[in-house]
Amino acid sequence: MVDLVWLESVLAGAVQAGTVYLIASLGEVYAERSGVLNLGLEGMMILGAAVSFIFANAFGHGLALLATLLIGLLFGLLLAFLSVTLRLNQIVVGLALTLLGLGLSGFITSAEIRKRILLSLNPEINQQALLTQQAPNLPIIKIPYLSDIPLVGKILFSQNILVYTALILAFVMWFVLFKTRFGLSLRSVGENPAMADAMGVNVYLMRYVAVMIGGMLGALAGAYLFIGYQPFWVEGMTSGRGFISLALVILAMWSPLRAILGAFLFGGVEVLQFRLQLIGVGAQTPQFILMLPYAVTIITLTLLSVESMKKRIGVPAALTIPYSRE
Amino acid sequence: MSEQETLVEMHGITKRFPGVLANDNVNFSLLRGEVHALLGENGAGKTTLMNILYGLYRMDAGEIWVKGRRVSIKSPKDAIKLGIGMVHQQFRLIPTHTVAENIILGLKEMGVILNYGRINKQLEEIIRFYGWSIPPNAKVWQLSAGEKQQVELLKALFRRADILILDEPTSVLTPQETLQLFNALRKMADEGRGIILITHKLDEVMRVSDRVTVMRRGKVVAVRKTLDVTPDELARLMVGKPLVTSFERKQESTAEYVLQVENLHVLDDKGLPAVRGVSLRIKKREILGIAGVTGNGQQELVETIAGLRKASAGRITIDGHDVTNKNSAEVIKQGVAYIPPEISKCIAFNMSVAENLVMKTYKYPPFSSKIILRWRSIKEKAQDLIQRFNIVTPSPNTRAGALSGGNLQRLILARELSLIPAHERPKLILAAYPTKGLDVAATEFVRRLLVENRDEGAAVLLVSEDLDEIMMLSDRVVVMYRGEIVGELSREQLEVETIGLMMMGVKRGGGAA
Repeated sequence: MVDLVWLESVLAGAVQAGTVYLIASLGEVYAERSGVLNLGLEGMMILGAAVSFIFANAFGHGLALLATLLIGLLFGLLLAFLSVTLRLNQIVVGLALTLLGLGLSGFITSAEIRKRILLSLNPEINQQALLTQQAPNLPIIKIPYLSDIPLVGKILFSQNILVYTALILAFVMWFVLFKTRFGLSLRSVGENPAMADAMGVNVYLMRYVAVMIGGMLGALAGAYLFIGYQPFWVEGMTSGRGFISLALVILAMWSPLRAILGAFLFGGVEVLQFRLQLIGVGAQTPQFILMLPYAVTIITLTLLSVESMKKRIGVPAALTIPYSRE
Repeated sequence: MSEQETLVEMHGITKRFPGVLANDNVNFSLLRGEVHALLGENGAGKTTLMNILYGLYRMDAGEIWVKGRRVSIKSPKDAIKLGIGMVHQQFRLIPTHTVAENIILGLKEMGVILNYGRINKQLEEIIRFYGWSIPPNAKVWQLSAGEKQQVELLKALFRRADILILDEPTSVLTPQETLQLFNALRKMADEGRGIILITHKLDEVMRVSDRVTVMRRGKVVAVRKTLDVTPDELARLMVGKPLVTSFERKQESTAEYVLQVENLHVLDDKGLPAVRGVSLRIKKREILGIAGVTGNGQQELVETIAGLRKASAGRITIDGHDVTNKNSAEVIKQGVAYIPPEISKCIAFNMSVAENLVMKTYKYPPFSSKIILRWRSIKEKAQDLIQRFNIVTPSPNTRAGALSGGNLQRLILARELSLIPAHERPKLILAAYPTKGLDVAATEFVRRLLVENRDEGAAVLLVSEDLDEIMMLSDRVVVMYRGEIVGELSREQLEVETIGLMMMGVKRGGGAA
C-alpha cells in the first residue's frame, strides 16, 4: 500500500497542513523573542480565517489577504497595548483575546451579519456570494523546472503562493533575527529589557513591533487555513491550531528555521492520521497519533528545564515579564 | 597635571526617595585623566549620585555640566551620547548572547546587517591593548565574573566613552583580577578619560585613585587629593566617628562544651570530599574562629552543623543532644542561630519584614496558638526588633525585597539572634562570612553583636576570610585547609604570619581542636 505516489501525497499534504503552523509560529517566535507571549494566537487565527472568508467573497484573494493582515495588526496592537503598555498578565490577556477572537469570528460570519457586511463592502455583490460558506481556493503555482523534480517537485514546488511565502519568510526572519541590528535588539529586549533600554534600545517599540508582526502572521495563518487549505467556513475551524503553533514555538526552540521542520512534522502527523485510517492502520486509536505533537513538546519542555540547556538554547529570559522603567 | 579639563561638574544635586533624602545638595567634579574615588558607606548616596549622572534617576534639583556644557540627562541613552559609560555592580549583560552581541547592542552605526568579521577584529584590538584575553565569539555565560566586567568596560569603550563610572567593581573579583582591573583603569585614565570609582574600601582608594570625594548620609563631607590623606582620616570622614578596632570581652569562657564535632566527613555538591575528619569543640562564652581561604570546606562544615547538609560520617552534638543528620528544624530547636554567607538564600523577598522576622518562630507562642497566627504579637515583636536592630523600613508590612542589602543583613541578624524558638538567646551562633560585603559601620555592628552574644553565654563559630576580623573577635582560632584542620592557636598565640602559613597548607603546631 505504501508506494511512492502515496508517500508523495502524504508529504505534500504535510506541507499544506503544516504551513498553517509555520506561518503562525514564525510570528509567535518574534513575539516571544521580544518577551511577549501571545496566548491569543488562536483568536487571531480564527479571526484571520473569518475575515479572509468575507473579503475573499467580496473582493477576491488579494484584498482578503490585505484585510487579514490589517485585522492581525490591530489585534496585535491591542495585545501589545494590554501587555506592554498596561503590563497586564499575559496569560490572562491572551486567553481573553482567544475568546474574543472566537466570539467575534462567529459573529461576523453569522448569516445576517455577514450579509450586511458584504453588502456594505460591495453593493453589487451577487446573491451567490452572500450565501456561500465557501470561497475560491488559492491557485496552485507550479514553479517551472523545479516542480518537475520527482517527489520534491510535487511536495515543495507545486503549492500556492502562501506556502512559498511562508518558507521564504522563515529564512528571511531567521536572517533578520540573528544577523541584523533589528534582530539583536529584538532578542535583547526579550532577554534583559532593562539592559537593552540602558543601551538605547526602545523596549516598548521593539515589543510593539514584534507583537504586531506576530498578530499579522497569526491572522495570515488563519487566512491560509481558509483560502489556502480548506476553503469551507465552519465556525471554530481552527480547532486548536493556534495552541499547537504555540507548542511548536517551544519545540522549535524559538528559531524560525527549526520551526519549518516542526511545522511539517505537525502537519505530517495531522495528515497521516487520516491517511492511515483510510488504509486501516490505527483506525481504533487515531488519538495516539494526534497526541504525538504534544508529547514531543512536553519532552522538549523537560529538556529545557535543565538550567544549562536554557543557556545554550536561549529561552527568552524575560518571556511574559512586563517591563517598566523604575 | 595642572591644566586638566573638567569633564563632569555636578552642582547642588538633590534627590529624594520616599522617606529618604538620598542626595542633599551634592557637588562633584571629575577631571580628564584622573581616577576619582567616590567613597562612602552603603546608603551614603554614592550610587544614587552616579545613577543620576547616568540618567537612571532624575534629580529633584541641581545642575549637571559635561565638558563645559549644561546638559539634561533623561536616560542612559542621553548619558551614552555624552560619552558616559557605567559598569554596574550587577552586570547588565545577556548571558545567552555573545560578547560581541552584548557590546554592539543598540549601536546604530553598526548598520542594518551586522558584519561580525569586522566587529570582532575591532574588539580584539581593544582587548589586546588592555591585556585581556576574552574571545568576542564566546557566550557571556561561559565567562568568569572578572571577564564579564571586562565586557562591560568594552561596552563603554566601544562607544568611545571618556567618562567611566564603576560601581563597587572589585566586590566580585579575585585579588589578581582586581590588580588587572586597576592596571587597565590606570591605562584608561592615562589615555585622557576620567574614571569614577564608587567604593567603600579604603585600600582601593589609596591604591588607585588620584582624588577622592567622601560622602556620608547623602552629603559630600570632603574632597581630597589621595596623596594628602591617610586611610585613618578617610575612615573618620566616611563613618563620622573613629572606628573600633578591638572589642573588650567581659568574661572568660567556661568549661562547658556547647558544640562538639567528632571526626566529621562531608561531601560537597559534586560528591567530592569537602570536610575530611574534622573534630572541634566550642565552649560556652567562646568564639572559635575558622580561618582559611574560601572553598576549603568551611561552608560545608557550617551547613552540616546547621542541618542543611548530610554528614557521610562523624557525630555532631549540641549541648549533649546528638543532632547528626537531623533536619534544620531539629537543630534550630537546640537554640542554634545561623548567619548565612548569602543573604538571598535566607530571605523571602516577596514576604513582609515581619513575616521574615518570625520565619523560625512562627510555630511557637506567642506568635501562634497551635493553628492560627497571632498577627498582633508578630507585629509588636517586629516593631521592637526593627528598632533594636536599626532596620530602616517604612513599616513591618513592607516587602523584604524593598530593603537595601545592609538592612536585609540586619533583618537576618535580628531573626537569628533574638528569635530562636524556645530559647531566650541563641546557644550556638554559626556565623559564616557575616560581614562580607558590608560597609564599615554595618561590619562593626555585626561584630559587636557577636561579642555581646558571646558575653551573654553563646558559643560562636565564626568563619571568615578576613584575618583581621578573625584575630579581633576569636578566643581561639583553627585553620582549615583542604577539608582538614591544620592547626589551632589560642588567643595569645595569634600571629598573622602563622595563620597565613597554615592557610597555605603548611602544617604547624596545634593538632586537632
